[in-house]
Amino acid sequence: MDNSKIGHHISGQFNKELEDVRNKVLTMGGLVEQQIELAVTAFSTGDVEMAELVIKQDNQVDALEMAIDQECMQIFALRQPAAFDLRLLITVIKVINELERVGDLAERIAEMAIQLSGADSNKHDQYFELEHMAELVQEMLHGALDVFARMNVEDVTTITGLDENVDREYASIIRQLITKMMEDPRNITRMLDVLWIARSLERIGDHACNVCEHLVYMVKGEDVRHLTQEELERRMKE
Amino acid sequence: MTAQEVRTHTIDMSSVLRDQKKTDEPNETCIKVENLNLFYGEKQALHNINMEMLKKKVTAYIGPSGCGKSTLLRCINRMNDLVDSAKIDGKIVLDNENIYDKAVNVAALRRRVGMVFQKPNPFPKSIFENVAYGLRIQGINDKRILEETVENALRGSALWDEMKDRLNDNALGISGGQQQRLVIARAIAIEPEVLLLDEPASALDPISTLKIEELINELKEKYTIVIVTHNMQQAARVSDYTAFMYMGELIEMGTTSELFTNPRKKQTEDYITGRYG
Repeated sequence: MDNSKIGHHISGQFNKELEDVRNKVLTMGGLVEQQIELAVTAFSTGDVEMAELVIKQDNQVDALEMAIDQECMQIFALRQPAAFDLRLLITVIKVINELERVGDLAERIAEMAIQLSGADSNKHDQYFELEHMAELVQEMLHGALDVFARMNVEDVTTITGLDENVDREYASIIRQLITKMMEDPRNITRMLDVLWIARSLERIGDHACNVCEHLVYMVKGEDVRHLTQEELERRMKE
Repeated sequence: MTAQEVRTHTIDMSSVLRDQKKTDEPNETCIKVENLNLFYGEKQALHNINMEMLKKKVTAYIGPSGCGKSTLLRCINRMNDLVDSAKIDGKIVLDNENIYDKAVNVAALRRRVGMVFQKPNPFPKSIFENVAYGLRIQGINDKRILEETVENALRGSALWDEMKDRLNDNALGISGGQQQRLVIARAIAIEPEVLLLDEPASALDPISTLKIEELINELKEKYTIVIVTHNMQQAARVSDYTAFMYMGELIEMGTTSELFTNPRKKQTEDYITGRYG
Protein backbone atom coordinates (compact mmCIF):
# COMPACT_ATOMS: atom_id res chain seq x y z
CA MET A 1 0.00 0.00 0.00
CA ASP A 2 1.42 3.35 -0.96
CA ASN A 3 0.48 6.83 -2.04
CA SER A 4 -0.54 5.56 -5.43
CA LYS A 5 -3.65 4.20 -3.70
CA ILE A 6 -5.15 7.62 -3.77
CA GLY A 7 -4.61 8.21 -7.49
CA HIS A 8 -6.02 6.30 -10.44
CA HIS A 9 -9.66 6.95 -9.72
CA ILE A 10 -11.67 7.01 -12.89
CA SER A 11 -13.06 10.24 -11.52
CA GLY A 12 -10.18 12.70 -11.49
CA GLN A 13 -12.19 15.02 -9.30
CA PHE A 14 -12.48 12.33 -6.63
CA ASN A 15 -8.69 11.83 -6.75
CA LYS A 16 -8.27 15.52 -6.25
CA GLU A 17 -10.63 15.62 -3.29
CA LEU A 18 -8.89 12.76 -1.51
CA GLU A 19 -5.48 14.22 -2.24
CA ASP A 20 -6.66 17.54 -0.91
CA VAL A 21 -7.93 16.05 2.35
CA ARG A 22 -4.68 14.18 2.78
CA ASN A 23 -2.61 17.32 2.22
CA LYS A 24 -4.68 19.28 4.68
CA VAL A 25 -4.16 16.62 7.35
CA LEU A 26 -0.42 16.82 6.77
CA THR A 27 -0.57 20.62 6.96
CA MET A 28 -2.48 20.37 10.22
CA GLY A 29 0.03 17.83 11.53
CA GLY A 30 2.91 20.14 10.63
CA LEU A 31 1.22 23.00 12.39
CA VAL A 32 0.66 20.98 15.55
CA GLU A 33 4.26 19.79 15.51
CA GLN A 34 5.37 23.39 15.29
CA GLN A 35 3.09 24.31 18.18
CA ILE A 36 4.76 21.74 20.45
CA GLU A 37 8.22 22.83 19.38
CA LEU A 38 7.45 26.49 20.04
CA ALA A 39 5.62 25.84 23.30
CA VAL A 40 8.53 23.89 24.70
CA THR A 41 11.02 26.50 23.50
CA ALA A 42 8.87 29.26 24.99
CA PHE A 43 8.91 27.42 28.28
CA SER A 44 12.64 26.85 28.41
CA THR A 45 13.59 30.34 27.21
CA GLY A 46 10.75 32.21 28.94
CA ASP A 47 9.76 33.79 25.61
CA VAL A 48 6.25 35.10 26.27
CA GLU A 49 5.76 36.36 22.75
CA MET A 50 6.42 32.91 21.36
CA ALA A 51 4.03 31.34 23.85
CA GLU A 52 1.31 33.74 22.79
CA LEU A 53 1.92 32.76 19.20
CA VAL A 54 1.32 29.13 20.08
CA ILE A 55 -1.98 30.05 21.65
CA LYS A 56 -2.95 31.97 18.55
CA GLN A 57 -1.92 29.11 16.28
CA ASP A 58 -4.45 26.92 17.99
CA ASN A 59 -7.21 28.80 16.20
CA GLN A 60 -5.72 27.74 12.90
CA VAL A 61 -5.55 24.13 14.05
CA ASP A 62 -9.19 24.25 15.11
CA ALA A 63 -10.22 25.83 11.81
CA LEU A 64 -8.33 23.15 9.90
CA GLU A 65 -10.04 20.44 11.90
CA MET A 66 -13.45 21.82 11.02
CA ALA A 67 -12.54 22.36 7.38
CA ILE A 68 -11.27 18.78 7.00
CA ASP A 69 -14.32 17.37 8.77
CA GLN A 70 -16.51 19.28 6.38
CA GLU A 71 -14.64 18.00 3.35
CA CYS A 72 -14.83 14.40 4.53
CA MET A 73 -18.55 14.78 5.07
CA GLN A 74 -18.95 16.14 1.54
CA ILE A 75 -17.10 13.16 0.12
CA PHE A 76 -19.20 10.72 2.13
CA ALA A 77 -22.38 12.32 0.91
CA LEU A 78 -21.42 12.69 -2.73
CA ARG A 79 -19.11 9.77 -3.48
CA GLN A 80 -20.13 6.93 -1.18
CA PRO A 81 -16.51 5.85 -0.74
CA ALA A 82 -15.72 2.16 -0.26
CA ALA A 83 -12.79 0.00 0.81
CA PHE A 84 -9.51 1.94 1.18
CA ASP A 85 -11.15 5.28 0.41
CA LEU A 86 -13.69 4.67 3.15
CA ARG A 87 -11.03 3.66 5.67
CA LEU A 88 -8.92 6.66 4.68
CA LEU A 89 -11.72 9.12 5.37
CA ILE A 90 -12.80 7.49 8.63
CA THR A 91 -9.18 7.51 9.73
CA VAL A 92 -8.73 11.13 8.75
CA ILE A 93 -11.71 12.15 10.87
CA LYS A 94 -10.22 10.35 13.85
CA VAL A 95 -6.65 11.46 13.30
CA ILE A 96 -7.55 15.14 13.09
CA ASN A 97 -9.45 14.78 16.33
CA GLU A 98 -6.27 13.49 17.98
CA LEU A 99 -4.24 16.26 16.38
CA GLU A 100 -6.64 18.89 17.61
CA ARG A 101 -6.24 17.57 21.15
CA VAL A 102 -2.47 17.68 20.76
CA GLY A 103 -2.85 21.30 19.68
CA ASP A 104 -4.81 22.04 22.84
CA LEU A 105 -2.10 20.42 24.94
CA ALA A 106 0.56 22.52 23.24
CA GLU A 107 -1.57 25.54 24.00
CA ARG A 108 -1.68 24.55 27.66
CA ILE A 109 2.11 24.19 27.73
CA ALA A 110 2.32 27.69 26.28
CA GLU A 111 0.00 29.03 28.95
CA MET A 112 2.14 27.46 31.65
CA ALA A 113 5.23 28.90 29.97
CA ILE A 114 3.69 32.36 30.30
CA GLN A 115 2.86 31.80 33.95
CA LEU A 116 6.33 30.50 34.68
CA SER A 117 8.23 33.12 32.69
CA GLY A 118 10.43 35.25 34.86
CA ALA A 119 9.70 33.01 37.85
CA ASP A 120 13.15 31.52 37.81
CA SER A 121 16.31 31.75 35.76
CA ASN A 122 18.44 29.03 34.17
CA LYS A 123 15.51 26.65 33.60
CA HIS A 124 17.63 24.70 31.14
CA ASP A 125 19.47 22.91 33.86
CA GLN A 126 16.47 22.42 36.08
CA TYR A 127 14.15 20.87 33.56
CA PHE A 128 16.53 18.81 31.53
CA GLU A 129 14.26 15.76 31.80
CA LEU A 130 11.26 17.72 30.63
CA GLU A 131 13.08 18.73 27.49
CA HIS A 132 14.14 15.18 26.84
CA MET A 133 10.55 14.06 27.27
CA ALA A 134 9.43 16.74 24.82
CA GLU A 135 11.94 15.45 22.29
CA LEU A 136 10.58 11.95 22.68
CA VAL A 137 6.93 12.87 22.13
CA GLN A 138 7.86 15.08 19.20
CA GLU A 139 9.67 12.14 17.68
CA MET A 140 6.55 10.01 18.19
CA LEU A 141 4.19 12.51 16.62
CA HIS A 142 6.54 13.12 13.75
CA GLY A 143 6.83 9.39 13.19
CA ALA A 144 3.05 9.00 13.20
CA LEU A 145 2.61 11.77 10.63
CA ASP A 146 5.35 10.22 8.55
CA VAL A 147 3.43 6.94 8.57
CA PHE A 148 0.38 8.81 7.35
CA ALA A 149 2.33 10.49 4.57
CA ARG A 150 3.91 7.24 3.40
CA MET A 151 0.92 5.02 4.21
CA ASN A 152 3.29 2.35 5.38
CA VAL A 153 2.63 0.98 8.84
CA GLU A 154 5.55 -1.42 9.14
CA ASP A 155 7.32 0.72 11.71
CA VAL A 156 4.44 1.74 13.94
CA THR A 157 5.53 -0.47 16.82
CA THR A 158 8.82 1.42 16.98
CA ILE A 159 6.83 4.61 17.49
CA THR A 160 4.34 3.21 19.99
CA GLY A 161 7.25 1.53 21.80
CA LEU A 162 8.64 4.98 22.67
CA ASP A 163 5.62 5.61 24.85
CA GLU A 164 7.14 3.43 27.55
CA ASN A 165 10.16 5.72 27.71
CA VAL A 166 7.86 8.72 27.88
CA ASP A 167 6.01 7.20 30.81
CA ARG A 168 9.29 6.49 32.56
CA GLU A 169 10.46 10.06 32.10
CA TYR A 170 7.13 11.29 33.35
CA ALA A 171 7.41 9.22 36.53
CA SER A 172 10.92 10.47 37.09
CA ILE A 173 9.87 14.11 36.63
CA ILE A 174 7.09 13.68 39.16
CA ARG A 175 9.56 12.28 41.68
CA GLN A 176 11.81 15.23 41.07
CA LEU A 177 8.99 17.73 41.46
CA ILE A 178 7.89 16.13 44.72
CA THR A 179 11.41 16.40 46.05
CA LYS A 180 11.55 20.08 45.14
CA MET A 181 8.21 20.73 46.77
CA MET A 182 9.41 19.08 49.95
CA GLU A 183 12.64 21.04 49.92
CA ASP A 184 10.80 24.32 49.93
CA PRO A 185 6.99 24.65 50.05
CA ARG A 186 7.28 28.01 48.31
CA ASN A 187 8.08 25.99 45.16
CA ILE A 188 4.76 24.23 45.16
CA THR A 189 2.80 26.63 42.94
CA ARG A 190 5.54 26.67 40.36
CA MET A 191 6.08 22.95 40.49
CA LEU A 192 2.38 22.33 39.90
CA ASP A 193 2.64 24.37 36.70
CA VAL A 194 5.60 22.31 35.64
CA LEU A 195 3.62 19.20 36.44
CA TRP A 196 0.94 20.34 34.00
CA ILE A 197 3.55 20.62 31.30
CA ALA A 198 4.89 17.14 31.98
CA ARG A 199 1.36 15.79 32.01
CA SER A 200 0.56 17.48 28.71
CA LEU A 201 3.66 16.02 27.09
CA GLU A 202 2.75 12.58 28.35
CA ARG A 203 -0.73 12.94 26.86
CA ILE A 204 0.74 14.02 23.52
CA GLY A 205 2.63 10.73 23.47
CA ASP A 206 -0.64 8.87 24.02
CA HIS A 207 -2.32 10.74 21.20
CA ALA A 208 0.58 9.91 18.88
CA CYS A 209 0.04 6.23 19.75
CA ASN A 210 -3.67 6.58 18.97
CA VAL A 211 -2.84 8.10 15.60
CA CYS A 212 -0.64 5.09 14.85
CA GLU A 213 -3.46 2.71 15.73
CA HIS A 214 -5.89 4.54 13.46
CA LEU A 215 -3.34 4.37 10.66
CA VAL A 216 -3.00 0.61 11.00
CA TYR A 217 -6.75 0.41 10.47
CA MET A 218 -6.49 2.63 7.43
CA VAL A 219 -3.76 0.62 5.75
CA LYS A 220 -4.55 -2.94 6.85
CA GLY A 221 -8.23 -2.74 7.72
CA GLU A 222 -7.49 -4.16 11.16
CA ASP A 223 -8.64 -2.53 14.34
CA VAL A 224 -5.67 -2.60 16.72
CA ARG A 225 -6.86 -0.16 19.35
CA HIS A 226 -6.59 -0.94 23.04
CA LEU A 227 -3.85 -3.52 22.69
CA THR A 228 -0.72 -3.71 24.81
CA GLN A 229 2.57 -3.01 23.10
CA GLU A 230 3.36 -6.76 23.02
CA GLU A 231 -0.01 -7.63 21.54
CA LEU A 232 0.39 -4.92 18.93
CA GLU A 233 3.84 -6.19 17.97
CA ARG A 234 2.45 -9.68 17.61
CA ARG A 235 -0.48 -8.52 15.48
CA MET A 236 1.78 -6.49 13.22
CA LYS A 237 3.99 -9.50 12.56
CA GLU A 238 1.05 -11.68 11.50
CA MET B 1 13.36 29.58 15.76
CA THR B 2 12.17 32.95 16.95
CA ALA B 3 8.62 34.17 16.98
CA GLN B 4 9.52 36.56 14.17
CA GLU B 5 10.75 33.75 11.94
CA VAL B 6 7.66 31.74 12.70
CA ARG B 7 5.34 34.54 11.67
CA THR B 8 6.78 34.49 8.21
CA HIS B 9 6.18 30.74 8.03
CA THR B 10 2.59 30.86 9.13
CA ILE B 11 0.31 29.42 6.49
CA ASP B 12 -2.36 31.38 4.75
CA MET B 13 -5.61 30.21 6.26
CA SER B 14 -7.88 31.81 3.70
CA SER B 15 -7.14 29.06 1.17
CA VAL B 16 -8.10 26.43 3.71
CA LEU B 17 -11.30 28.05 4.82
CA ARG B 18 -12.68 28.37 1.33
CA ASP B 19 -12.75 25.59 0.76
CA GLN B 20 -22.92 -6.42 11.30
CA LYS B 21 -24.98 -7.63 12.43
CA LYS B 22 -24.05 -11.24 13.64
CA THR B 23 -26.74 -13.92 13.68
CA ASP B 24 -26.77 -17.24 15.45
CA GLU B 25 -29.12 -18.89 12.99
CA PRO B 26 -27.57 -21.80 11.15
CA ASN B 27 -26.37 -20.98 7.67
CA GLU B 28 -27.75 -23.62 5.40
CA THR B 29 -26.47 -23.89 1.86
CA CYS B 30 -29.21 -23.50 -0.71
CA ILE B 31 -27.30 -23.39 -3.97
CA LYS B 32 -23.85 -24.75 -4.54
CA VAL B 33 -21.95 -24.07 -7.75
CA GLU B 34 -19.17 -26.56 -8.42
CA ASN B 35 -16.48 -26.24 -11.09
CA LEU B 36 -18.84 -24.53 -13.47
CA ASN B 37 -17.56 -23.70 -16.95
CA LEU B 38 -19.70 -22.19 -19.66
CA PHE B 39 -18.87 -21.71 -23.32
CA TYR B 40 -20.70 -19.68 -25.91
CA GLY B 41 -19.41 -21.54 -28.97
CA GLU B 42 -15.63 -21.29 -28.78
CA LYS B 43 -15.63 -18.48 -26.28
CA GLN B 44 -15.46 -19.39 -22.62
CA ALA B 45 -17.74 -17.09 -20.62
CA LEU B 46 -17.39 -18.65 -17.15
CA HIS B 47 -14.18 -20.11 -15.81
CA ASN B 48 -14.39 -22.77 -13.13
CA ILE B 49 -16.82 -21.04 -10.77
CA ASN B 50 -17.19 -22.40 -7.25
CA MET B 51 -19.49 -20.74 -4.75
CA GLU B 52 -22.22 -21.35 -2.23
CA MET B 53 -25.34 -19.34 -1.65
CA LEU B 54 -27.05 -19.58 1.70
CA LYS B 55 -30.71 -20.15 2.36
CA LYS B 56 -32.80 -17.03 2.98
CA LYS B 57 -29.87 -14.73 2.36
CA VAL B 58 -29.33 -12.22 -0.39
CA THR B 59 -26.27 -12.76 -2.53
CA ALA B 60 -25.26 -10.03 -4.95
CA TYR B 61 -23.09 -10.46 -8.03
CA ILE B 62 -21.14 -7.40 -9.01
CA GLY B 63 -18.61 -6.78 -11.74
CA PRO B 64 -18.10 -4.81 -14.95
CA SER B 65 -20.25 -5.43 -18.03
CA GLY B 66 -19.50 -8.70 -19.73
CA CYS B 67 -17.88 -10.26 -16.68
CA GLY B 68 -20.35 -13.16 -16.71
CA LYS B 69 -22.52 -12.26 -13.75
CA SER B 70 -25.79 -12.41 -15.68
CA THR B 71 -24.66 -15.58 -17.40
CA LEU B 72 -23.98 -17.16 -14.04
CA LEU B 73 -27.35 -16.02 -12.72
CA ARG B 74 -29.09 -17.50 -15.72
CA CYS B 75 -27.35 -20.81 -15.11
CA ILE B 76 -29.22 -21.16 -11.84
CA ASN B 77 -32.56 -21.73 -13.55
CA ARG B 78 -31.08 -23.09 -16.77
CA MET B 79 -32.04 -20.09 -18.86
CA ASN B 80 -28.87 -20.66 -20.85
CA ASP B 81 -30.43 -23.86 -22.20
CA LEU B 82 -32.33 -21.57 -24.51
CA VAL B 83 -29.08 -20.37 -26.09
CA ASP B 84 -28.10 -22.91 -28.73
CA SER B 85 -24.39 -22.27 -28.67
CA ALA B 86 -24.10 -22.44 -24.88
CA LYS B 87 -22.32 -25.47 -23.48
CA ILE B 88 -22.01 -26.06 -19.77
CA ASP B 89 -19.98 -28.38 -17.63
CA GLY B 90 -19.80 -28.59 -13.88
CA LYS B 91 -22.61 -28.73 -11.39
CA ILE B 92 -25.12 -26.48 -9.72
CA VAL B 93 -26.60 -28.22 -6.72
CA LEU B 94 -29.94 -26.97 -5.45
CA ASP B 95 -31.01 -28.72 -2.26
CA ASN B 96 -28.73 -31.71 -2.85
CA GLU B 97 -29.77 -32.16 -6.46
CA ASN B 98 -27.70 -31.26 -9.49
CA ILE B 99 -29.98 -29.14 -11.63
CA TYR B 100 -28.02 -30.13 -14.75
CA ASP B 101 -28.86 -33.77 -14.15
CA LYS B 102 -30.63 -35.34 -17.13
CA ALA B 103 -33.57 -36.37 -14.96
CA VAL B 104 -34.37 -32.81 -13.98
CA ASN B 105 -37.59 -31.36 -15.36
CA VAL B 106 -36.63 -27.86 -16.44
CA ALA B 107 -40.14 -26.46 -16.17
CA ALA B 108 -40.37 -27.75 -12.61
CA LEU B 109 -36.96 -26.29 -11.85
CA ARG B 110 -38.08 -22.87 -13.06
CA ARG B 111 -41.09 -23.06 -10.78
CA ARG B 112 -38.66 -23.44 -7.90
CA VAL B 113 -36.31 -20.79 -9.18
CA GLY B 114 -38.15 -17.65 -10.24
CA MET B 115 -36.58 -14.86 -12.21
CA VAL B 116 -37.13 -11.13 -12.65
CA PHE B 117 -35.45 -9.16 -15.40
CA GLN B 118 -34.11 -5.67 -15.84
CA LYS B 119 -37.06 -4.37 -17.81
CA PRO B 120 -40.43 -5.15 -16.29
CA ASN B 121 -42.21 -7.53 -18.65
CA PRO B 122 -45.84 -7.77 -17.59
CA PHE B 123 -48.17 -9.62 -19.92
CA PRO B 124 -50.73 -7.50 -21.80
CA LYS B 125 -53.43 -8.74 -19.45
CA SER B 126 -55.09 -7.49 -16.32
CA ILE B 127 -53.11 -7.08 -13.13
CA PHE B 128 -54.99 -10.02 -11.63
CA GLU B 129 -54.29 -12.31 -14.56
CA ASN B 130 -50.62 -11.39 -14.58
CA VAL B 131 -50.19 -12.65 -11.03
CA ALA B 132 -52.51 -15.63 -11.51
CA TYR B 133 -50.75 -16.68 -14.70
CA GLY B 134 -48.32 -19.13 -13.08
CA LEU B 135 -51.17 -20.92 -11.34
CA ARG B 136 -53.35 -21.04 -14.43
CA ILE B 137 -50.66 -22.77 -16.48
CA GLN B 138 -50.35 -25.27 -13.67
CA GLY B 139 -54.04 -25.96 -14.26
CA ILE B 140 -55.29 -24.25 -11.13
CA ASN B 141 -58.51 -22.40 -11.92
CA ASP B 142 -60.33 -22.45 -8.58
CA LYS B 143 -61.46 -18.84 -8.17
CA ARG B 144 -61.02 -18.84 -4.41
CA ILE B 145 -57.47 -20.18 -4.56
CA LEU B 146 -56.58 -17.73 -7.33
CA GLU B 147 -57.93 -14.74 -5.44
CA GLU B 148 -56.17 -15.71 -2.27
CA THR B 149 -52.87 -16.33 -4.03
CA VAL B 150 -53.04 -13.07 -5.98
CA GLU B 151 -53.74 -11.10 -2.83
CA ASN B 152 -50.89 -12.75 -0.94
CA ALA B 153 -48.46 -12.26 -3.81
CA LEU B 154 -49.42 -8.61 -4.20
CA ARG B 155 -49.09 -8.08 -0.46
CA GLY B 156 -45.74 -9.88 -0.59
CA SER B 157 -44.51 -7.48 -3.24
CA ALA B 158 -45.88 -4.44 -1.37
CA LEU B 159 -48.34 -3.69 -4.15
CA TRP B 160 -51.68 -4.72 -2.65
CA ASP B 161 -52.69 -1.36 -1.24
CA GLU B 162 -51.97 0.40 -4.51
CA MET B 163 -53.59 -2.25 -6.71
CA LYS B 164 -56.49 -3.75 -4.80
CA ASP B 165 -59.09 -1.48 -6.41
CA ARG B 166 -57.79 -1.85 -9.94
CA LEU B 167 -57.06 -5.55 -10.28
CA ASN B 168 -58.86 -5.66 -13.62
CA ASP B 169 -56.91 -2.77 -15.16
CA ASN B 170 -54.40 -3.59 -17.85
CA ALA B 171 -50.96 -4.16 -16.34
CA LEU B 172 -49.31 -2.12 -19.08
CA GLY B 173 -51.00 0.99 -17.73
CA ILE B 174 -49.21 1.10 -14.37
CA SER B 175 -45.87 2.79 -13.70
CA GLY B 176 -42.52 1.12 -14.35
CA GLY B 177 -41.81 0.70 -10.65
CA GLN B 178 -45.23 -0.84 -10.10
CA GLN B 179 -44.76 -3.08 -13.11
CA GLN B 180 -41.49 -4.36 -11.69
CA ARG B 181 -43.14 -5.14 -8.37
CA LEU B 182 -45.99 -6.78 -10.26
CA VAL B 183 -43.52 -9.02 -12.03
CA ILE B 184 -42.02 -9.91 -8.65
CA ALA B 185 -45.56 -10.70 -7.42
CA ARG B 186 -46.01 -12.96 -10.45
CA ALA B 187 -42.76 -14.71 -9.60
CA ILE B 188 -43.62 -15.28 -5.94
CA ALA B 189 -47.23 -16.32 -6.65
CA ILE B 190 -45.98 -19.82 -7.45
CA GLU B 191 -43.95 -19.87 -4.22
CA PRO B 192 -40.46 -20.52 -5.53
CA GLU B 193 -37.51 -21.26 -3.24
CA VAL B 194 -35.12 -19.01 -5.04
CA LEU B 195 -35.59 -15.63 -6.67
CA LEU B 196 -33.12 -14.49 -9.31
CA LEU B 197 -33.12 -10.76 -9.90
CA ASP B 198 -31.23 -9.48 -12.91
CA GLU B 199 -30.76 -5.71 -12.52
CA PRO B 200 -34.27 -5.40 -11.06
CA ALA B 201 -34.03 -1.68 -10.37
CA SER B 202 -31.78 -0.32 -13.08
CA ALA B 203 -34.65 0.98 -15.21
CA LEU B 204 -36.45 2.60 -12.27
CA ASP B 205 -36.43 6.00 -10.62
CA PRO B 206 -34.77 6.38 -7.18
CA ILE B 207 -37.99 6.05 -5.18
CA SER B 208 -39.14 2.93 -7.03
CA THR B 209 -35.62 1.61 -6.61
CA LEU B 210 -35.82 2.08 -2.86
CA LYS B 211 -39.18 0.32 -2.82
CA ILE B 212 -37.68 -2.65 -4.65
CA GLU B 213 -34.74 -2.70 -2.23
CA GLU B 214 -37.11 -2.58 0.71
CA LEU B 215 -39.05 -5.41 -0.87
CA ILE B 216 -35.91 -7.51 -1.28
CA ASN B 217 -35.28 -7.05 2.41
CA GLU B 218 -38.75 -8.40 3.19
CA LEU B 219 -38.61 -11.21 0.64
CA LYS B 220 -35.49 -12.72 2.12
CA GLU B 221 -37.54 -13.83 5.11
CA LYS B 222 -38.99 -16.47 2.79
CA TYR B 223 -36.76 -16.81 -0.23
CA THR B 224 -33.14 -17.23 -1.16
CA ILE B 225 -32.31 -14.28 -3.38
CA VAL B 226 -29.57 -13.79 -5.92
CA ILE B 227 -29.27 -10.36 -7.45
CA VAL B 228 -27.15 -9.00 -10.26
CA THR B 229 -26.56 -5.28 -10.12
CA HIS B 230 -24.38 -2.63 -11.67
CA ASN B 231 -25.13 -0.36 -8.78
CA MET B 232 -22.58 -1.14 -6.12
CA GLN B 233 -24.27 0.91 -3.44
CA GLN B 234 -27.37 -1.11 -4.13
CA ALA B 235 -25.44 -4.35 -3.71
CA ALA B 236 -24.00 -2.96 -0.50
CA ARG B 237 -27.43 -2.01 0.80
CA VAL B 238 -29.47 -5.09 -0.02
CA SER B 239 -27.15 -8.07 0.10
CA ASP B 240 -25.70 -10.22 2.86
CA TYR B 241 -23.00 -11.67 0.64
CA THR B 242 -21.33 -10.21 -2.40
CA ALA B 243 -19.44 -11.93 -5.17
CA PHE B 244 -17.15 -9.91 -7.40
CA MET B 245 -16.65 -11.31 -10.89
CA TYR B 246 -14.23 -10.24 -13.55
CA MET B 247 -13.70 -11.66 -17.06
CA GLY B 248 -15.74 -14.76 -16.32
CA GLU B 249 -13.97 -15.57 -13.09
CA LEU B 250 -15.12 -15.32 -9.51
CA ILE B 251 -12.47 -13.05 -8.00
CA GLU B 252 -13.71 -12.70 -4.47
CA MET B 253 -16.77 -13.56 -2.44
CA GLY B 254 -17.51 -12.66 1.14
CA THR B 255 -19.88 -10.93 3.50
CA THR B 256 -20.98 -7.65 2.01
CA SER B 257 -19.76 -5.57 4.94
CA GLU B 258 -16.28 -7.08 4.72
CA LEU B 259 -16.06 -6.88 0.95
CA PHE B 260 -16.99 -3.21 0.86
CA THR B 261 -14.76 -2.09 3.73
CA ASN B 262 -11.77 -4.36 3.45
CA PRO B 263 -11.61 -6.45 0.28
CA ARG B 264 -8.82 -8.99 0.12
CA LYS B 265 -8.06 -8.76 -3.59
CA LYS B 266 -6.66 -5.74 -5.34
CA GLN B 267 -8.96 -6.18 -8.34
CA THR B 268 -11.98 -6.02 -6.05
CA GLU B 269 -10.62 -2.92 -4.33
CA ASP B 270 -9.99 -1.22 -7.66
CA TYR B 271 -13.46 -2.02 -8.93
CA ILE B 272 -15.48 -0.98 -5.90
CA THR B 273 -13.52 2.21 -5.38
CA GLY B 274 -13.79 3.10 -9.06
CA ARG B 275 -10.13 2.87 -10.04
CA TYR B 276 -8.44 1.62 -13.17
CA GLY B 277 -7.53 -2.06 -12.98
